[in-house]
Amino acid sequence: MRRRILPGFGLTLGFTLLYLGLIVLLPLSATVWKTSSLGLEGFWEVATTPRALASYRVTFGLSLLAALVNGVFGVIVAWMLVRYEFPGKKLVDAMVDLPFALPTAVAGIALATLYAPQGWLGRWFEEFGIKVAFTPAGIFVALTFIGLPFVVRTVQPVLEQAERELEEAAASLGATWWQTVRRIILPVLLPSILTGVAMAFARAIGEYGSVIFIAGNMPMISEITPLLIVIKLEQYDYAGATALAVVMLVASFCLLLVINTLQWWTARRSSGGVA
Amino acid sequence: MKIEVQGISKKFGRFPALHEVNLTVPSGKLVALLGPSGSGKTTLLRIIAGLEFGDTGRILFDGRDVTELPAGKRQVGFVFQHYALFRHLTVFRNITFGLDVRPRRLRPSPVDAAKRVAELLKLVQLEGLESRFPPQLSGGQRQRIALARALAVEPKVLLLDEPFGALDAKVRKDLRRWLREFHERVHITTLFVTHDQEEALELADEVVVLHEGRIQQIGTPEQIYHQPANEFVHTFLGNVNELPGSGGTLRVRPHEILIGKNEEGGLVGTVVNVHAAGPVVRVLVRVPDRTDPVLVELSQREHSGLGLVENDRVTLSY
Repeated sequence: MRRRILPGFGLTLGFTLLYLGLIVLLPLSATVWKTSSLGLEGFWEVATTPRALASYRVTFGLSLLAALVNGVFGVIVAWMLVRYEFPGKKLVDAMVDLPFALPTAVAGIALATLYAPQGWLGRWFEEFGIKVAFTPAGIFVALTFIGLPFVVRTVQPVLEQAERELEEAAASLGATWWQTVRRIILPVLLPSILTGVAMAFARAIGEYGSVIFIAGNMPMISEITPLLIVIKLEQYDYAGATALAVVMLVASFCLLLVINTLQWWTARRSSGGVA
Repeated sequence: MKIEVQGISKKFGRFPALHEVNLTVPSGKLVALLGPSGSGKTTLLRIIAGLEFGDTGRILFDGRDVTELPAGKRQVGFVFQHYALFRHLTVFRNITFGLDVRPRRLRPSPVDAAKRVAELLKLVQLEGLESRFPPQLSGGQRQRIALARALAVEPKVLLLDEPFGALDAKVRKDLRRWLREFHERVHITTLFVTHDQEEALELADEVVVLHEGRIQQIGTPEQIYHQPANEFVHTFLGNVNELPGSGGTLRVRPHEILIGKNEEGGLVGTVVNVHAAGPVVRVLVRVPDRTDPVLVELSQREHSGLGLVENDRVTLSY
């Protein structure tokens, strides 16, 4: 073996495997093992009840939507924070992290109060006949809130390193503002945007605390899968709960795999074939 | 195309970058903007390109006021110090970028575009690199691709910001010669920024010396070197010794001093150091009443005739 300046490959590999095993793999395999008590047929039955299917649609659909919306607005926030100087910039920068730090229940209650039909914001939506709190729209608001920092914090450092000269070169070659964004800036940012969106999406799928206060939690309409799992647990239906968990686990894993592949592919492309 | 700069001033916050600059670049000439860092030379180039805008003054191209025109409409080719190639695009797509962003009716057909790329690559002597990506090229190659990209839109003016700044010494010398030959063939009005006086003197038809946002002198390389307008130009263009002369201090270049051994007259001094590696021999001579030693340059042949060593007593005449 090649000699290294800092030895310890064996030690760190062993530690990594042990750590991942204890923290990640063991609980996950326990979930799968618990589910197996249902048998394949039983599992299928529990996992595909209309109520479960509706909850998947709500969870995955709204999580994806929220992540995509953050993919657009998070980039704008990151752009503003990197490119412009204004008073209070440090404060705005710190505010971006609040959704990370805030207990999710606090966020949920705050959002529900704001968007309730009599709330500060809900009142205005009410006038147009739009209900936000206690509908799927409310879930979307909560998931957008918790996902924002992921996109901003992954795009920001890439944007900081992006050469301003590239934009000037495009401009001096006659490109319009939009052509410069689409042909020059976006290809550079795309891998980081995808990473941010993937992380926001993954976080949103598992989100529980902030959603249940604003969702209304109506079965078939605004009930998220994590809540359904909790309901099953409260009814001592452990196998049923873990069955849903396994579905989420597999679906999340597949989606993350797809996004990671996409990200790897764009990163290769945007670095000109030599990764 | 003739470039006229009329009364351009520019401040960055409180820092004055340019102060009432007036300059005319005749059509077809190769002109150097020479100055130390912070002299405003790059700012001036960027204002001419439309990448920056002056606080006051006007820019005219062939008599036409382009002061308010955005960069993309000025028909200038700009080559950036670090080339600013689009690393996610092939060499081909980099070169055609300025054509691809045109409205459809002004865009050349794919066949014509490919022909244009082939011509430009031949011009910059990089045939066959169409499908490479910028990270796969050397510094000198990137530089020339950046030049080809700027030329693809058939600019009337070529502006280069420190074109050789990021290259190593050997490549820099080759590219300098190449650019001179290139200009002789193409004869496009070219303005380049440099802080390297040797580069400016060797390459340019005309040199503009800038210092602290003001033009110090405009002239041919010979005029700038032999008839410097002021002390700044004199010292910036090469080593200068300040020696006592009739009626005050004289500024004398190291090669203008004659050094002799056992001779009558002149300034008497002691050799403190002899540096003989390279085409010229540099000798440091300590003279009375001066803190800094005097630098004298002589040819290797003169040096072998004199055989100077440390602590020799010598006489200097100038």
